Amino acid sequence: MSEKEPLDSVQEPTDQGRRRLLIGTTGVVGAVGVGFAAWPFLASLLPSERARIIGAPVEVFIGDLMPGHLLRVQWRGQTIGIMRRDQRMLDDLQRMEGLRDPDSSNADQQPEFAQNFHRSLRPEILVANIHCTHLGCVPQVIPEVGPQPFDANWRGGFFCPCHRSTFDLAGRVFRGVPAVLNLLVPPYRFIDDDNLIIGETPEGAA
Amino acid sequence: MSYRNLLAGVVLALAVAGPADAAKYADLDHAGSNIFDRASLQRGAAAFANYCMGCHSVKFMRYNRLVRDLGLTENEVEEFLIFGEQEITDYMLSAMSYEDGTDWLGKAPPDLSLTARARSADWIYTFLRSYYLTDEGWNNTVLENPSMPHVMWELQGIQRALKESYTDEFGETRTRLVGFELDRPGKMSVDEYDRLVRDITAFMEYIAEPARLQRERIGVWVMLFLALLTFLSYLLYQEYWRDIKK
Amino acid sequence: MAKPASTFGKNVELVGNWIDERTSFSSFWNKHLAQYYAPKNFNLWYFFGSLSLLVLVNQIVTGIFLTMHYKPDAELAFASIEFIMRDVEWGWLIRYMHSTGASLFFVVVYLHMLRALMYGSYQKPREIVWILGVTIYLVLMAESFMGYVLPWGQMSYWGAQVIISLFGAVPWIGDGLVEWIRGDYLIADATLNRFFALHVVALPLVLLMLVVLHLAALHEVGSNNPDGVEIKQNKDAAGRPRDGIPFHPYYTVKDIFGACFFLLIAAFIIFFWPEFGGYFLKPDNFVEANPLVTPDHIPPVWYFTPFYAILQAVPDKLMGVVLMGASVLILYLVPWLDRSPVKSIRYRSWMSKLALALFCVAFVRLGMLGLSQDSSTFELRLWTFIYFAFFILMPIWTSFEKTKSVPERVTY
Repeated sequence: MSEKEPLDSVQEPTDQGRRRLLIGTTGVVGAVGVGFAAWPFLASLLPSERARIIGAPVEVFIGDLMPGHLLRVQWRGQTIGIMRRDQRMLDDLQRMEGLRDPDSSNADQQPEFAQNFHRSLRPEILVANIHCTHLGCVPQVIPEVGPQPFDANWRGGFFCPCHRSTFDLAGRVFRGVPAVLNLLVPPYRFIDDDNLIIGETPEGAA
Repeated sequence: MSYRNLLAGVVLALAVAGPADAAKYADLDHAGSNIFDRASLQRGAAAFANYCMGCHSVKFMRYNRLVRDLGLTENEVEEFLIFGEQEITDYMLSAMSYEDGTDWLGKAPPDLSLTARARSADWIYTFLRSYYLTDEGWNNTVLENPSMPHVMWELQGIQRALKESYTDEFGETRTRLVGFELDRPGKMSVDEYDRLVRDITAFMEYIAEPARLQRERIGVWVMLFLALLTFLSYLLYQEYWRDIKK
Repeated sequence: MAKPASTFGKNVELVGNWIDERTSFSSFWNKHLAQYYAPKNFNLWYFFGSLSLLVLVNQIVTGIFLTMHYKPDAELAFASIEFIMRDVEWGWLIRYMHSTGASLFFVVVYLHMLRALMYGSYQKPREIVWILGVTIYLVLMAESFMGYVLPWGQMSYWGAQVIISLFGAVPWIGDGLVEWIRGDYLIADATLNRFFALHVVALPLVLLMLVVLHLAALHEVGSNNPDGVEIKQNKDAAGRPRDGIPFHPYYTVKDIFGACFFLLIAAFIIFFWPEFGGYFLKPDNFVEANPLVTPDHIPPVWYFTPFYAILQAVPDKLMGVVLMGASVLILYLVPWLDRSPVKSIRYRSWMSKLALALFCVAFVRLGMLGLSQDSSTFELRLWTFIYFAFFILMPIWTSFEKTKSVPERVTY
């Protein structure tokens, strides 16, 4: 009278070996198939060809960029700042104090070629994503040396009005502000002295 | 087994009826184009850029896809296929604007992105070979009184219609077109011109569905994989069903 | 359940028990799979139910991903389809899976319905299963019609024009009704936008709910089989039908095999023949919708053409629409039109077999006539007559025909 009694219609075999083998094989091949089938769907969510073209590398002319001036360029919806720094600024960068990561040891924040005190390919040209690493506001650039309401010993840099984060002219973040990461340096390379491309890494460099 | 009878009946009904509109395109020539022939696609692309893109756009197609799919370099695409100020990432737009086209030709030349799918390859192939000159100008047997002149007449030469008269069912005498004669030979022989048109047709089939190159290549592997899975699942099904008592 | 061999297995069982004390998953599993006893003599016609479910899942999944790139806007819709075909990674595959799936849905559903007609699966006690099934078919027709409008090609546009105009035949309110459906004075952006909402949200929800009810109703009364024998009338001591086998694993492995074979065919179409000679994707639909240019010939998609032919057989608009509607709705009456004491065609006389064969030929032939522009009116009417005669005369022949005696047990 119980559910455990064998069914009239079915006679299960004593040797389950072949059955287990077939379940295993079909299961594995089927799982591979599901994986293959899932891939196109997941890949369809990647940036489309159109998005990739809109996000393609941007060529910028910097021949007429004056020292201390910041050129703003849009790349992949981010504001990329390009600034020419004079000798005084570069000297200051080398003896800047109160930085959280002065040696750019956090490798995620810049390509390898920018892991130096000026955080750039060429010392005089800064290329940085100038969205604040705290919450994404675009900071003001205040290149002049002199006391500021937020810092009496200001040596020139970026000041984010949203939450008062400060960065030096190499985009390195100061201690004691909400932001903890240096400004992001995007991949870029120089075509010649006056033109650079944002979004491409120099040949032979990582 | 009753379903066998049913199937037989249905198949028979289909066979008796025959295709519903087979006659519609019966007079088109077979294009014989092959989009997997890369050299043909490249020749077609060059001819298309020269003879078609002056007036026609391909608004859903980007130049840079030609680099990937046709095995060309960016420089080759820029040099031979792009005219004017366009970038390689741009859609393949004609220099002629919609308004200019309407003004100059009375009707803007249609975009050719999907023509091969809307009309068929055979249609394009036959159309481009069926221009003939009359006293009023160019005419075409595939598309009567086209707004488009025969842009490749220097290559093909000038064809004229061969007509014959016949008596229709009402007893009236009429003429009908039975073929073409080459009035003035062009720069190409008939075979050369046919090959050129076949290349253009292949290219137009390609731009109508660029993914087809990828699709059929992947399809072979998908079929093989599914055949394996079907075989395994059949064995599994047989294995379990040995349990079922008669 | 196998004995857990390891601590891992024991833990899995513990988690299973914990969940089970709080839900009824295991009783659900048992009721619908492990202890759902299906007759052991299903033949190949019984694949099409599970295949319909497979296609439904395919349509929902591919549909969701298409929705992520498609733009329901008369200005953008056509170009967004080409965007999917060219610029979205694998977009062409997802689109072809959806467009091929739509046609294959009707292939499997028609064969599933034919199976029910052949083996009397609508007869007592399965009338509700049949009624829910016919309703699913009706919703599916609406769903596919609206989906066909979305690519916004010439056939989408003019097909919608023709179908929506049919509602104009309704007396008194026809014109107002048509305007209300379109949401404009012509087929326009408003129409496209609402069809999109109905196609991707409203009707799929209805469809899913109906499918659940269809299965719930089936599992309440149990499956019919090619012999039309009620297996529940012969049970063992534990109350399990002697001719039944547990759906899982026996029919799950069988249906998995069926699904794989079906996918093989589907993949061939998707990868090598997605237009299917113009039947699945029409050439004219590769031309963007243009309200100013009417195509020479506006045939509906193949799965609607039998009904379209019936419409054409009648020289009056209202009567044509009424007859076309009747040709679908009459399916609801089948459980009461069939007076036969036996279910399966196997135990009926030549009359039932001839009638069903004629009906199938009529349906296919009407489908072919509906595709063509200049079908002969005589033929249209002849097959329309046979189509309806099948239903209307069913009470007569099923009452009079001599049936064979049905065996006690299924033949396997």
